[in-house]
Amino acid sequence: MNRPMDTCTLMVNGQRRVLPADPARRLSEVLRDGLGLRGTKVGCDAGDCGACTVLLDGAPVCACLTPLGQAMGRKVETIEGQAHTPLQQAFLRHGAAQCGICTPGMVMTAEAFLRETPEPTRAEVEEALGGVLCRCTGYAKIIDAVLDAAPGDVARMPDAGQAVGAAVARLDGAAKVDGTEAYGADHVPEGALLVRAVRAPYAPVSFQFGEITDWAAARGVQVFTAQDIAGTNRFGVIPAFQDQPALAEDRARLAGEAVALIAGEPSVVEALDPSGIPITWREDPADRPVHDAHPDNLLIAGKVRRGAARQAMQDAAFTVSGAMQTGYVEHAYIEPEAGVAWMEGETLVIRACTQAPIMDRDDTAAVLGLPPEAVRIIPAATGGGFGSKLDVSLQPLVGLVALKTGRPARMVYSRTESMASTTKRHPSDMRCSLGADANGRIVAMEFDGDFNTGAYASWGPTVAGRVPVHASGPYFIPNYHAEARANYSYQPISGAFRGFGVPQAAIMQETLFDDMAGKLGMDRLEFRKLNALRDGQATVFGQTLHGVGIAACLEALEGPWTEALERAERANAGGGRVRHGVGIASCWYGCGNTAIANPSTIRIGLTRDGRLCLHQGAVDIGQGSNTVIPQIAADALGLPLAQMQVIGADTALTPDCGKTSGSRQTYVTGSAALRAGQALRALILKQTNMGPAAVLHLEGANLRVSDGAREQAIDLAALSEQAHGYVLCAEESYDPPTQPLDEDGQGVPYAVYGYGAQLVELSVDMGLGTVKVHKVTAAHDLGRVINPQLAEGQVEGGIAQGLGLALMEEFIPGRTENLHDYLIPTTGDMPEIETIFLEVPDPEGPMGAKGLGEHVLIPTAPAILNAIRDATGALVTRLPALPHRVLAAIREAGHG
Amino acid sequence: MTGYTRPETLDDALALLAQTGGRVAAGCTDLFPATGARALQGPVVDITGLAGLRGVAVTDEGLRIGAATTWTDILRAELPTACDMLKQAAREVGSVQIQNAGTIAGNLCNASPAADGVPCLLALDAEVELASAQGGRRLPLENFIVGPRRTTLNPGEIVTGVHLPRSALEGRSRFLKLGARRYLVISIAMVAVRLVVEDGRVSSAALAVGACSAVATRLPQVEAALTGCAADHTLANVISEDAVCAALSPLDDIRATAGYRVHAATELLRRAVTDAVGAEGVS
Repeated sequence: MNRPMDTCTLMVNGQRRVLPADPARRLSEVLRDGLGLRGTKVGCDAGDCGACTVLLDGAPVCACLTPLGQAMGRKVETIEGQAHTPLQQAFLRHGAAQCGICTPGMVMTAEAFLRETPEPTRAEVEEALGGVLCRCTGYAKIIDAVLDAAPGDVARMPDAGQAVGAAVARLDGAAKVDGTEAYGADHVPEGALLVRAVRAPYAPVSFQFGEITDWAAARGVQVFTAQDIAGTNRFGVIPAFQDQPALAEDRARLAGEAVALIAGEPSVVEALDPSGIPITWREDPADRPVHDAHPDNLLIAGKVRRGAARQAMQDAAFTVSGAMQTGYVEHAYIEPEAGVAWMEGETLVIRACTQAPIMDRDDTAAVLGLPPEAVRIIPAATGGGFGSKLDVSLQPLVGLVALKTGRPARMVYSRTESMASTTKRHPSDMRCSLGADANGRIVAMEFDGDFNTGAYASWGPTVAGRVPVHASGPYFIPNYHAEARANYSYQPISGAFRGFGVPQAAIMQETLFDDMAGKLGMDRLEFRKLNALRDGQATVFGQTLHGVGIAACLEALEGPWTEALERAERANAGGGRVRHGVGIASCWYGCGNTAIANPSTIRIGLTRDGRLCLHQGAVDIGQGSNTVIPQIAADALGLPLAQMQVIGADTALTPDCGKTSGSRQTYVTGSAALRAGQALRALILKQTNMGPAAVLHLEGANLRVSDGAREQAIDLAALSEQAHGYVLCAEESYDPPTQPLDEDGQGVPYAVYGYGAQLVELSVDMGLGTVKVHKVTAAHDLGRVINPQLAEGQVEGGIAQGLGLALMEEFIPGRTENLHDYLIPTTGDMPEIETIFLEVPDPEGPMGAKGLGEHVLIPTAPAILNAIRDATGALVTRLPALPHRVLAAIREAGHG
Repeated sequence: MTGYTRPETLDDALALLAQTGGRVAAGCTDLFPATGARALQGPVVDITGLAGLRGVAVTDEGLRIGAATTWTDILRAELPTACDMLKQAAREVGSVQIQNAGTIAGNLCNASPAADGVPCLLALDAEVELASAQGGRRLPLENFIVGPRRTTLNPGEIVTGVHLPRSALEGRSRFLKLGARRYLVISIAMVAVRLVVEDGRVSSAALAVGACSAVATRLPQVEAALTGCAADHTLANVISEDAVCAALSPLDDIRATAGYRVHAATELLRRAVTDAVGAEGVS
């Protein structure tokens, strides 16, 4: 027993497995790479996320923290051993999986727990699952599933014409729940090289390579630098602002920037210390502009101006002013970036996690000097994105190695690497003033914000553009002046994160609205209703809107608001150190790109053998487009959803559906799906000479069309194949009708907006400054609810991220690049969430639908801050509201 | 191969340790996060296979908790009420996954200022049992952890157990932990309180605070102030922030400011004392 072992025997899922392995190796690695059991996911390699949970003699442990030697001779259970258990069935039924990356760990943890506690309470489930992080769901549906772990199928698939509005369980859910879904790290072609990046230790820094060729040769690896890049070593999500090198050339602008790649046999690269590579680092002066083309470090400023804000402010009966600061916020998806590239003939194929396959293709092709058609992007299942996986990360890097070596090349970011090198939410520093007349009508608003965009442009221009447009909130404000600047710094890159700066602006605006209501002596909800934007009114950017749902959302909260205030009053009546408070905040958000084309194209075809295929290129990162888009297409066509085969995103197979961003997929791609479905239906009706009310039936290759009186049939097998191999096919595009903003920011930036308001009930421990959120009542206007279960999941997940933003999340470069110093909410931090959906149809959206994905996060943080002030009298003006900041604010307000 | 061994006897483990100069591994919940590597690096002696190192036993002197006893083992053990705080701490260590792997000795040897187990063990007058090829020794916990990530463990030495003397197994106890989220969180501050009450007065008090100084610490001055006082709802008032502050040396960090830590530690001590008195009251 005292000598190292070279063959190990494991009992995995009841099977005896013998393999050569180092007993000191993490069990997670042995399961995944040694045994190919890749259902066990790795999110942090530190026990901070629980994604790798397996059972050892029935007890849940993190496989990443378990040396193989400890598992030998014991019973190991993984997700692969769970065969459609009652628990897994409940996960599917309840919509407990969104992106699905945490699902195997959740299922295994809950499985062990239920064996010991078959009839648990909700609190017991929360505690049992406290060690598994989920970034998508807000945990509610996961806990529901564990409490309802009984056999039972998902709801019956809807009949033809009934798909929209039905709570269809996600169509791609089974693979997520059984652990077979393949994420970026899960596809490992034979003979793949492992690639690791050498990264800048600090910034700003200049560097020079020494004898890297000799160094590499001596170690049996290859090293690639910017000199190996044949194309334009600059990428960026907005063509006019591309400023980021795939590999830095001679200076790095942020700590963690990639400067070189080491590629080789996995065992060799794994054992190598990449920091040993000969490089000389030289600290650069911090006062040198981040980019020489921007001497004042200003990337771009955005502005919206309407009426005469300054004058109206001076004339206002009441004015209030305030300031607010927020820090870097990390997306903290549980899947660190991962992917693999290989050559297929002359085509470079890249399979990686992403939100934007076409942008990946074009950026990667440009960097590598290839025509776009020589690059194929196959999106891997993506374990959470929330905006950060819009920008390329490893795509050009693995692409470069595959192109240079001709061998498959694979890269898996460590948690630290992911957090240090990829984009964040913009830190903000905002000031705002508000003026109202004697009746409480807002007459003026001025907003000014600085947003730290970090070392490269990324989505900085979008933030600078969206913030002034949205900073008014969904209110009618006749005199308005808002400016936002995106400023470069030698810090992590700020990019897209659910809301593009709008959540920060809403924190400023919605807390100031409470100030004003207080000054006016008005009820806070009444004040918002009085000023809510109405149908036919013009926004601060001069667009006249229709289908405006904010008033409906606020009215839906009137009853809950009164009850919540009464509950808080009762709870506070007895005194004591715990004070209860209630807060409210609204949101609006324009869906799609800001006054820039962002078309989606959907193709639907019927094959000769009667298969109905939907080419759905909208990447589903957990939000549900793989289900929602087919629902819309099925009803537009008039065939049952169950008959539709979805061909998922792949630049070789699906037309461009743009990026999963800007809450645009349900609206924009949904509109394309609606049109494609209608076009195919029109084609079928025309060929059969039937009227618009006719009913379609597809049985094998026999497509029947009947209207009660007559019936016609098309024998699909008898038709000749047209383009794309279909006998009947329709392809339709949709691009939101917008108009560019003029120099005062006036125009039509978006064609569709979504609205919402959230009510928060919480308590504050006045002795410790800790905050416990008890309940959130969320009213959101979706125009038309396509899938209530998925929509609820979006609301619950958005609230979780908003709660994190408000109370605990702050990314500090170089200090919180892990999931124990960077905190995201656990099961025990989430309140009860009651969701109220409103349907105020949008004249432009598909079947009236509006976007939802980003909206849901926006009101949460300001509603929490407003509730903290309601409870304590103190407004926290720097987020997150950590206990020490809350207590300091309470003391400053003189209430401590 | 990295030189991982998992011996079955203590003698083998000590011999291997002497021979390789390797690291001792148990739950690995601190060792693995400290490396980005796929495997534990260097020579490692895994002690989780040793007989007699796991579990709680009643001894002539009190209780002995084996070094490789996990937090889950402690949660499930039958312990006197004086150890309630240790169970409460066990439940707050990381997550269920961490509690199933992490061991009591690992918590001590890792010597994190925020180790959840340490304040409770300090308030239980714990002694650390050590073994080496040269023989065994015992020393009080406060002489074992001497700085952040620093212990007096000698090369070739293994912690084999923790002793809780009978004298410390009396009274009621309470552990309170404060973090910025509910589960899986590193403490901003935590306190462990054990009170022995006789005839309505505190006859003995043991208080310890963690995460508010380089090493978790007892508060003898505050303990002395509590001793002899009436064990009722006024007892918490005896704890002054100045006295707590004098015993601590907190730092500003990402989780909280130093000033907040002192305030929070005082507040938590008062609450824990009140809870312990309350528990005493109903008995």
